[in-house]
Amino acid sequence: MYPEYMAESLRKVAQTRPGRLELARKPAPVYPPMNAEERQAVLEGFHPDYEPSARRPVRVGPNRGETLTTEVADLLESHSWLRSEQVDLEHPDFETDLLIIGGGGAGCNAALVAMQEHGMRSMIATKLRMGDSNTIMSQGGMQAAVSATDSPTRHFLDAIGGGHFENKPELVKALTEDGPAVVKWLEDLGVVWDKEEDGSMQVLHGGGTSRKRMVSCRDYTGAMIMRTLMDEVRNHPDMITIKEFMPAVELIMDDEGRCAGAILYSMDSEEFFTVKAKSTLIATGGYGRLHIRGYDTTNHYGATGDGLVMAYRAGAKLMYMDSVQYHPTGASFPEQIAGFLITEKIRGAGGQPLNKDGELFVFPREPRDIEASAIIRECVQNGGGVETPSGRLGVWLDSPLIDMLHGEGYVAHQFPAMYRQYIRYGIDINKLPMLIYPSLHYQNGGVEINERCETDIPGLYVAGEATGGLHGRNRLMGNSVLDYNVFGRRAGRYAGEYAKSVKLGRLSLAHLDKFEQELADSGVQTDLVTPILLPSYAPKDVKKRRLVRGGNVLPGASVLHNRLHDERSGN
Amino acid sequence: MSAAENLAEERHITVYIMGKAYEVPAEATIMGAIEYAGHQIIRGAGCREGYCGACATIYRLPGDYKIRTGLACMTLVEDGMTLAQIPSVPAEKAIYDIEKLKPDVSAMMQVYPTIFRCVACNTCTKACPQGLQVMDYIQAAKRGDIAAVMDLSFDCVECGLCMLRCPAEITQPLVGILGKRLYGRYLRKESPDLVAKVKAVEDGAFEAEYAEMMALSREALSQRYYALDSE
Repeated sequence: MYPEYMAESLRKVAQTRPGRLELARKPAPVYPPMNAEERQAVLEGFHPDYEPSARRPVRVGPNRGETLTTEVADLLESHSWLRSEQVDLEHPDFETDLLIIGGGGAGCNAALVAMQEHGMRSMIATKLRMGDSNTIMSQGGMQAAVSATDSPTRHFLDAIGGGHFENKPELVKALTEDGPAVVKWLEDLGVVWDKEEDGSMQVLHGGGTSRKRMVSCRDYTGAMIMRTLMDEVRNHPDMITIKEFMPAVELIMDDEGRCAGAILYSMDSEEFFTVKAKSTLIATGGYGRLHIRGYDTTNHYGATGDGLVMAYRAGAKLMYMDSVQYHPTGASFPEQIAGFLITEKIRGAGGQPLNKDGELFVFPREPRDIEASAIIRECVQNGGGVETPSGRLGVWLDSPLIDMLHGEGYVAHQFPAMYRQYIRYGIDINKLPMLIYPSLHYQNGGVEINERCETDIPGLYVAGEATGGLHGRNRLMGNSVLDYNVFGRRAGRYAGEYAKSVKLGRLSLAHLDKFEQELADSGVQTDLVTPILLPSYAPKDVKKRRLVRGGNVLPGASVLHNRLHDERSGN
Repeated sequence: MSAAENLAEERHITVYIMGKAYEVPAEATIMGAIEYAGHQIIRGAGCREGYCGACATIYRLPGDYKIRTGLACMTLVEDGMTLAQIPSVPAEKAIYDIEKLKPDVSAMMQVYPTIFRCVACNTCTKACPQGLQVMDYIQAAKRGDIAAVMDLSFDCVECGLCMLRCPAEITQPLVGILGKRLYGRYLRKESPDLVAKVKAVEDGAFEAEYAEMMALSREALSQRYYALDSE
């Protein structure tokens, strides 16, 4: 339940509700959307990316000299877990056609397509359990141009505008063009889409969409897709091998510069295993658990940017690593769910962000970076935020409006997870608004690919959130769900095709020695060992006692102790 | 009250993790408490937002003989709680070809025949941290009511706590997935608009417009974007 001191603010919200309801029933927007200049101004003033300490130049690797998000630059200027001379590459522990690093949506799609279209065998190596990924947590839906009034080309324009015209157009074309087919493919696998009585897809608006284009499975969209894909992957144990709790920590190359597999690390026994593979796909997702700029995150426990580090050391170029997505609506209260995602579908269905006086201050469906910046501005500059008992700020997201707009029971049916999230704390979102603040949500940048998911390195493919370029510097809602499906499938197709013909040379980890040399030559001094694998949320005093013991701790124990998180967020 | 004042007042309680006592913040979730105690969770954490089912937990309260169940990321600690994480619940997933099944009781008989051992004790339902009517969907599966299996199991996060408690050792979450897949695959009306769109893309209906837009300058593209009407 909300603390007593918020009652006055809640009363104001209730007071303005009838007027806002009337407004929402009219065809005109409830608040004027921003034009290009207004958008630029709010971004420059309040987006966390624009703070002076948010970026710095990176000193090593393919992007050397480029300005990147500070935490990312730290991550890339780090040591490997491995010393190349200590790894036996002559006798690989496993061999496969396609090694897929990451068991989320992109990885599962790729394994299925490589099998179906090319008869290729895959091994999926994943850090936690199969399906443990951001995929499973996506709530609101997936964009795809499936209605009569919409078209893939309109979807293209919305995505490019939302990304500030910096998206790689050929990727956006692939995304939007494959959209309808992906909806159909998933339905044929058994995904239960929300539909109208006549069988047509139920579609809703998202931020920055000019047509209702969001297809969904109540507010369990990602869970439904992931569990369907996972179930299907597990129906083919002879073709797809699954290695759980076995994250990759480095890529293996061959002596002709092709990617040839990876070294896996067993989370259980702290052993390393080599996998020789004809082609390799990085589908490791993003880095939300690095808590960029100390923000709370909506992300999965394993989202620590592992794929970026591995690809970078092997020589793959990154793109837009100066750009981070903050979801406009993360939970701000209660403390226990701080940072949790409040799906954009709430605003798509008519939920409105309000300041402490119950007033609208922004059009609810601006693109995400604009909306997030406007909320930060309202709290930080305009004093329109409500302070929580733990000192967080937030604005209201008026959910009771939704049933008033769509009929009683709509929230209960469309947002069962969200309702359950809040009722535990005595907050009935049918009757009370949610207190929200932007939360770290998505890695806009990543490994540069083309529309075949190819990188600069032959045999190395990347798909999903680990890639950069598709969304420009800002992703629209629902395009990441489409992203991992479209590009996961494409990766399976092209990596599978490549695996059929390639003849690998001698395996090598020389790229690690080269990278280590570059670190030394550039004068980088760091004790950070990556991939990080898992963040640590132990309290400071516990960590201090660990450091006393330190010096000769096992690699696992030292790496699992997440240095970045300590320093930036002060937790 | 300022944030600092509030923090100074933070209340602590005692919980028992693997039998050992720890002082943790009274407002913590079980997952938060385990981490506060200094444990690095590997098995037993996933999405941390109630979607993935990785953090199945059993616990007891003082003076109470009952084994209770919950998700560690969602359940709040109570004073004197005795906690244990369930690292995984073994279950045999059946191998099947969805294309060769019919959306009726025959699929259930073929793929998960163990459901017919259900003794309707309702233990699964009592164990469900999502509050689902688990036994009801198993009964629906036995009747071949695939739509009911889909609807009643929709919010399942596959934590496996029902399986763990089931005296008949039924794999309820897997039955739920089969029901949902059968429903999605066979029991929905097809969307004519969707079929038409897929075909239009295949026929290259949008190629010319893509080519035209991809040739535009940033300024021209921007103009076109800001001129878009909204539905």
